[in-house]
Order: sequence, then structure tokens, then C-alpha cells
Amino acid sequence: MNFFSRLYYRYKKLWKMISLFMLIAGPGIIVMVADNDAGGITTYTVTGAQYSFHLIWFLILLGPVAYYVQEMTVRLGAVTKRGHAEAIFHSFGAFWGWFSLLDLVLVDWLTMITEFIGMTAALSIFGVPPIVTVIGACIVMGAMVVQGRYWTWEKIALVFCVLNLIYIPAAFMINPPIDKIIHGSFIPHLPPGGFTNDLFFLIMANIGTTIAPWMIFFQQSAVVDKGMQEKDMVWGKIDTAIGSFLTVVVAAFCVILTATLIPGLPISDAATAAHLFMGINKYVGALLAIGLFDAGLLGAICISLASSWAFGEVFGWAHSLNQKVKQAPWFYAYYFFTLVFAGTVVLIPGAPLILITLFVQVIAVTLLPAALVFLIILLNDEETMGKYKNNWHQNFANISIVVLIIIVSTLYGISAVFPNILK
Amino acid sequence: MISEFFGSAWDAVRDINRRYKRPHIKMTPAVLFSLGLLRFYLLFLVGLLVWKFFSVLHK
Repeated sequence: MNFFSRLYYRYKKLWKMISLFMLIAGPGIIVMVADNDAGGITTYTVTGAQYSFHLIWFLILLGPVAYYVQEMTVRLGAVTKRGHAEAIFHSFGAFWGWFSLLDLVLVDWLTMITEFIGMTAALSIFGVPPIVTVIGACIVMGAMVVQGRYWTWEKIALVFCVLNLIYIPAAFMINPPIDKIIHGSFIPHLPPGGFTNDLFFLIMANIGTTIAPWMIFFQQSAVVDKGMQEKDMVWGKIDTAIGSFLTVVVAAFCVILTATLIPGLPISDAATAAHLFMGINKYVGALLAIGLFDAGLLGAICISLASSWAFGEVFGWAHSLNQKVKQAPWFYAYYFFTLVFAGTVVLIPGAPLILITLFVQVIAVTLLPAALVFLIILLNDEETMGKYKNNWHQNFANISIVVLIIIVSTLYGISAVFPNILK
Repeated sequence: MISEFFGSAWDAVRDINRRYKRPHIKMTPAVLFSLGLLRFYLLFLVGLLVWKFFSVLHK
């Protein structure tokens, strides 16, 4: 009897913990899965096609990198109850505040355009005209927010996150070589041909897609909007850890798909890979296209919200997803403006879409180091963080990661402007 | 109506500038050094982009 009562008690305790986690989880998983946006999926498919399974181990290493950076936003948001934009204005003054806000707006607008490019390219495989895709995506994204409840928005976003895992069944459908995958995943090595400029560029691109400026702003604001408290921080960390695990899993399976079906083919984007897949296995091609659309949609959802939250925080507008359109008109007006703006640009005939994609990388490197440096400084400020400030090993890991990301993303941005500089 | 909109937007910006005039973080030597390095980094990047812009124009 004693045994059964203890078992029952443990079961109840475990169930309570799972229920609590289900309540608090969300921002970490959403931001991490949305990190595999249209640009991210393109990078992974190109990586698999060019370097087969040889770089999966490197993608696995990027999981902890993403976790360490995003975990800081959970602590900062839960302790200060301020979004990242407001925290920068408050702590560093108006100059750095305006710099970050305006840079974020520019990066987000340009990245939103790339998400719409991904979505229209994905659905064009099924014969859907771009205008229908743009209008449809705007309606879905509008419907997600207008009901005035953060909880509902978050659960719908989590459904899209689950859809992002579509690459896993797709990979199992093509019987990939397990021995090569295990070797590529767990034994660090260089691909045949050694360390070339092309390899370096692709490594930089993979790191560049792991941490984006909007992710820092998004997760901190989402933590605040959700009302996460200091006592909930541990669940927020688990949420972020699960998210970083999922982001790596999705990235690895994308690589497995192209490495198995189109090894050595010089593709430039994920939509081209999906087109090629349609000729080999139409179901896998369709799954990749659906995944690419979902990735673009998730990215667009998070990016547009990141800017709307940032503007709301700084201008003092009502800026919560728990408020209806009438209660927070400027917040929603900005959200819809970003959607319509990005969708319209994609539909303009002859719009310089390739130039925009290139420009995203360049502008992002002006904002990302600033956002990361501010994050580290704020997390070391005892007045702001109290007992939740970085300890020495968090500082060691975070500062190393931030320095690495700054160097690599800067080289990536510069090589986008000066393509021959690393050759 | 348009001038009214821009007028109120300008007022909001001035209000934000007033509210966040002074940084609230403690300016330790490490913080000052980091912010200085960040300014230098951004100037370097902007300089590089301006140079690229003019080199493209002169081609």
C-alpha cells in the first residue's frame, strides 16, 4: 500500500510539473523553431547539397550556442519586466536606444520580405500564385492576433512549430544512409577537399542563421507579455533548451534530405531543392515545400511581433497580445503595416529581391553585435539583475560565444558586400 | 491632419528623449570600454559601406 501511495504521489507530482511547464513553455520553443525561417532552411539545404552529411556535427554544436544567448533574454525579461528595446533605452540612454530600435525596424522589414519570398516560392511549387500566398499569409497572421489573447496566439504558433518538424518524416521516407549520418553527426571532421573559402562562407552562413537580432528582442518581449515571473525562470530555461534542441533537429534533417537526394548539386535556395525533389519523389518534394512555407510563416509571425512590441515599449503604446485591437490600436496597426509592406514589396514586378536578401545580412551585422553587447552588460549589472546576474562560468560561455558570433557575423556581412575578400 | 500626426509624433519622440536622457546603468570602466569599442566597430562598418558605395558609383 505504501509503495502504491508513493507511486501515486510521484505521478501526481510529475503531472503537476508537466502541467506547469505546459503553461509556461512557449516563447523559447517558438523563437528557436522560428529561427529555422525561410533563410535558415535555405542555408541548411545548401549545406546538405554541397557538403553531404559532413557538417551535421557542426550544426549540433550550434544548439548550445543558441541556448546560451537566448537564455539570457529569459532572465532579463523575467527580472526587469521590460522588453529588450525598452531595456536598452532605459539602461544606455536615447542614443543607443534609437540606434537599436531603428536598426531593428530596418532589419525586420528586410527579413520579413525574405520570409515572403520563401513563402511565395514554396507555394508556387503547387501552382499557387504569389498574390494568393501573400493575401493568405496576411489573413492567417492577422487572425492569430486579433482575438486579443496571448495564450491563443501562442498555441497556434506552437502548432506551426510542430509543422516545422515535417522534415523528419520526409527524411525517413527516403531511407537515408544511417551509418554516414552517425559518422557526420558525432565525429567532428572536415568535408573532403579540406577547409576552403566556400566551406568557410557556408559555416559563417550557418552561424549567422543561428542567432538573429530579432530573436533577442522577440523572446524578451514574449517573456514579458506572457507575464513570466522570477520563480518561473527555470521553466523558461527548459523551454529554451527544448527549443534549441528542436532547431538543431530540424536543421540536421534538412541537411539529411538534400545530402541523400541531391548530393553535389549546386543549388542556391530551398525552393530549388523542393523543385528537384518533385522530380525524384513528389511526396518528399511536397513536404519540403510545405516546410519552407511554414518556416517563412513562423519567421514572419515572430519578426513582425518583435518590432511591434519594441515600438510599443518605447512609445508607451498599449502593446500586449492580451489586448484587443481597440485597446492597442497602434501596436496592431504597426503589426499589420509590416505584413502588408513586406507582402507588397514581394509582389512588385522587378523588385530587387536578391539585393534585399543580401542587404539583410549587412544590416543585421550592425545590430547583432550591439544587441549582444547590451545583453552581456545588462546581465552583469547587479542593480538590474540582483542575484540573477551572470556568474563566472555563464560569463565565460556567453562572452566567448558573443565574441565568436560578432567576428563570424561581421566576416559574413563583409563578404556579402565584398564577395572576393575571402578568396 | 497630416501636420497634426507628425506634430504629435515629434512630441512623442521629444518625450522619449527627455525620459531616457541619462543612461541608468552604472558606467564602470568595463561598460565604458565595451560601449567605446561598439562605437568604433559601427564606425568601421559604416565607413566600409560608404567606401563600397562610392567605389560602385565610380565604376
